[in-house]
Amino acid sequence: MYLTKFSDSGKKDTRSGFGAALLELGKRNPNVVALCADLTGSLKMDAFQKAFPERFFQVGIAEANMMGIAAGLTIGGKIPFTGTFANFSTGRVFDQIRQSIAYSHKNVKICASHAGLTLGEDGATHQILEDIGLMKMLPGMTVINPCDYNQTYLATLAIAEHQGPVYLRFGRPAVPNFTSLTDTFQIGKAIHLHKGNDVSLFCTGHLVWKSIVAADALEKEGISVDVWNIHTIKPLDVEVILQSVKQTGCVVSAEEHQKNGGLGDSIAQILAEHYPAPMEYVAVNDAFGESGTPDELMAKYGLDVPDIIKAVKKVIQKK
Amino acid sequence: MPSDDLKKFCSQVRRDIIRMVHGAKSGHPGGSLGCVEFMAVLFKEVMHHIPAPFDMDGKNQDLFFLSNGHITPVYYSVLARCGYFPIEELKTFRKINSRLQGHPATHEGLPGVRVATGSLGQGLSVAIGAALAKKLNGDTRLVFTLQGDGEMQEGQIWEALMFAAGKKVDNLIMTVDYNGRQIDGDVKDVMPLGDLHAKLEAFGWDVLENKNGNDLESVRKYLNEAKSRTGKGKPVAIIMHTEMGMGVDFMMGTHHWHGVAPNDEQAQKALARLEETLGDY
Repeated sequence: MYLTKFSDSGKKDTRSGFGAALLELGKRNPNVVALCADLTGSLKMDAFQKAFPERFFQVGIAEANMMGIAAGLTIGGKIPFTGTFANFSTGRVFDQIRQSIAYSHKNVKICASHAGLTLGEDGATHQILEDIGLMKMLPGMTVINPCDYNQTYLATLAIAEHQGPVYLRFGRPAVPNFTSLTDTFQIGKAIHLHKGNDVSLFCTGHLVWKSIVAADALEKEGISVDVWNIHTIKPLDVEVILQSVKQTGCVVSAEEHQKNGGLGDSIAQILAEHYPAPMEYVAVNDAFGESGTPDELMAKYGLDVPDIIKAVKKVIQKK
Repeated sequence: MPSDDLKKFCSQVRRDIIRMVHGAKSGHPGGSLGCVEFMAVLFKEVMHHIPAPFDMDGKNQDLFFLSNGHITPVYYSVLARCGYFPIEELKTFRKINSRLQGHPATHEGLPGVRVATGSLGQGLSVAIGAALAKKLNGDTRLVFTLQGDGEMQEGQIWEALMFAAGKKVDNLIMTVDYNGRQIDGDVKDVMPLGDLHAKLEAFGWDVLENKNGNDLESVRKYLNEAKSRTGKGKPVAIIMHTEMGMGVDFMMGTHHWHGVAPNDEQAQKALARLEETLGDY
């Protein structure tokens, strides 16, 4: 039934949604500027660069400097969007982000592609699975992980309107594009994908489509799943999470990230404080990735449809 | 500003520095004392800036970034005595619930500070960004930074130096406080910078060297010379030789006073040699 509600309109990469929206922002707002550290093509920033060369800054392979320059550009009213791989957008420059951006309340949009295992063949050196954790720990930082091309497009437009630092995480592979450009995207407001009674399934990023497919299969077996797209990991939509869990009594989280520090971690904190309930995580469990195709990696590291189904069945047993 | 007035200003700033670190029982007097003349000339004469109401964007004003953020005593004293915030507030330095954090921060809303610094090596990049914003805004005012010489050991500095020259950020004047000392000892022993002048030139900067960074006339001359060299396709650097601890004899000639506060007796001894010219806070 979900597959009729959410049909895949063709596979597209989320990073292209970012690139298209950045171009649109360039047209809409003369204060939007972009910076890139030698990955313009990979980040799909070339259209912006071509259309607005005076507002595009190629900084070379120097990410720390890029974060500092972005912070400085806000002094004078600019809205800088930085672009590089998620690994180099976070771990490599954590202190620059902490001091010059987050602590200094600078209106910088840190846009990160090639997040997670789905980067694929480049291997674990580039497959960051800790970036959500690093960014969500910073006071005042907003953390968003959209699920497909269209949602990445809408999220990119939305963060330009938001005052304050944002981490926007997206990926490399072409994945089903199933949301609509006419959807409402509101930072911090989870999206209800399907109403169910037996288990709450909170998912983000590339795991959203997989959760829909898993829920469809479970429905056929008579298990009714309450599915939520948690595109914003911080601030978390606490209200709907608690509402859902109070109704279903158990929880599964699904994300392309380490279990430590990820979305599931944030949800578990909320539950521990307000409404303890059985929980299972679909996430990478304290491991680095490796080379392989995205599909092979998602299967090997337990982030695929069968893993979600297994987690749902397990958590229902714990009720 | 007449030189006598500027000398009086410097004497009062030095008193503030000693009293602040003594009051807080912590802080960085050495580098602060060495940069008094530079900060006085920059803020009282060279920069066009509007202390109040403070405007974070600073459009159509010259901007200053303190990259070696630990020398807050001199920074805060000069900001307060230029009218950014009440002079009495200096007594809250490094204390709980204060806007005057140990290192500069925007978090508590202290007027005059535009970014948090002190994790070394980051201020130059931020200054470059602010300079680029000025160019985009058609704002012809300048951006000034102060770096520590020890700070030049940070890798990010060299990324920023490369960018500023490579992308012709010529509305930027970087001054390096070349006092030759850092926490663990002399810079030449801890990690030699080598020929900094030649290195900056090789990176594409227009480089000036002021051998008398504690002489008001000399500081004025080099800052004005640097200003005249902006807008010509290159960022401008001043290597400014200073004496850490300048003005307090027992704090000079050593790296010991980089980050140590004087005790009661030492503070009294230091203050006895510094004339109270504009009134203590």
